[in-house]
Amino acid sequence: MLPTAIIVFREVLEAALIIGIVLAAARGVVKRGAWVSTGVIGGLVGAGLVALFADVISAAIAGSGQEVFNASILFFAVVMLGWHNVWMGRHGRELAQQMNAMGQAVKEGERPMHMLAVVVGIAVLREGSEVVLFLYGIATAQQDQSGQMLAGGALGLLSGAVVGLMMYFGLLRISSKYLFRVTSWLITLLAAGMAAQAAGFLVQADLLPAIVPTLWNTSAILSQDSIPGRLLQTLIGYTDRPAGIQVLFYVVTLVSIAWLMRVYGGIPARKTKTACVA
Amino acid sequence: MPNKRQRVEIVNSKYLGVIMAMFLATAAYPLQAKDLPTFNLSVKDGKFSPEKVEVPAGQKFKLVVKNEGPGTEEFESSDLNREKLIPPGQSAVIFIGPLKAGSYGFYGEFHPQTARGQIVAK
Repeated sequence: MLPTAIIVFREVLEAALIIGIVLAAARGVVKRGAWVSTGVIGGLVGAGLVALFADVISAAIAGSGQEVFNASILFFAVVMLGWHNVWMGRHGRELAQQMNAMGQAVKEGERPMHMLAVVVGIAVLREGSEVVLFLYGIATAQQDQSGQMLAGGALGLLSGAVVGLMMYFGLLRISSKYLFRVTSWLITLLAAGMAAQAAGFLVQADLLPAIVPTLWNTSAILSQDSIPGRLLQTLIGYTDRPAGIQVLFYVVTLVSIAWLMRVYGGIPARKTKTACVA
Repeated sequence: MPNKRQRVEIVNSKYLGVIMAMFLATAAYPLQAKDLPTFNLSVKDGKFSPEKVEVPAGQKFKLVVKNEGPGTEEFESSDLNREKLIPPGQSAVIFIGPLKAGSYGFYGEFHPQTARGQIVAK
């Protein structure tokens, strides 16, 4: 039961952390729960489909279908996260300045929550499909009694959910003045990590050059197989032995989102200042 | 305010442009000749066979892992920075290296206690 729980926990962790961050980032948004639930349900349906067609996906593109599929959905999630951040960079300040609750609610309604819902869906789909395949595998192999297996799966799922909740409530402790800034950075790092992971998949499929196979090795300091390593892998994209191209994708994504947030998020403030001077 | 909305759209298209460029760069990378040295192993009942694979150091190679079942296995190695699901009955192709001389562990994530092996680069 415990081995099952640990494996399921490891898979669930990433999706749980992402949901925790998204929920905190969307604090105060009308129908936030509905959006996130839609993402989760969509992700679960997707996970079932991916698990069902796992052999088709794997066999596609000369055996590299899985890597291309993973890289594509990860890049898609990166775009959604970046887009959301840039949008928030533009409107977040106005929202914070507006004391009028009704005005705020209207504005918040315009917020691209569907992008965050898609990101949640993708996280659930990726991790969920692995859980389905794993549980299905042991169910057919009958290594474990099915009751034990279900208990292990439930324990793993629950533990993952607890970590996600801790992330969420931890973030809510941050003063609402800084919450947006913190969640924007978390989302930017999440996106950069996903881009690096996607690049790794394409290297594995020999569709991208590694540039340097292993740029550094910090496994002795913090192994990515450990729980802290795993947490950091999801949160900031930590990899103990990254390929050069992964670091490149990480930096380019980080700088691009930060730059776009600065350039487009800064416009309204600068404009007001210029207007005042004029 | 139409002005603001327009600007948001410009933001979106510009950002999409960056991502599209990344995709194009990926697509433009020529597919390498597939005549790389190939090494085969299989996994059955949660065990790899062979459990030790010798490969040349300093050279990229192809690892083909056949899953003889039952159930899906996930080839995982943080030493090699690789992970791949292998449905039962299928063979997964994983490109690795070039590696420095040394020993690199891998395991089957769905049978972490029994499915263990290593690649030794010489």
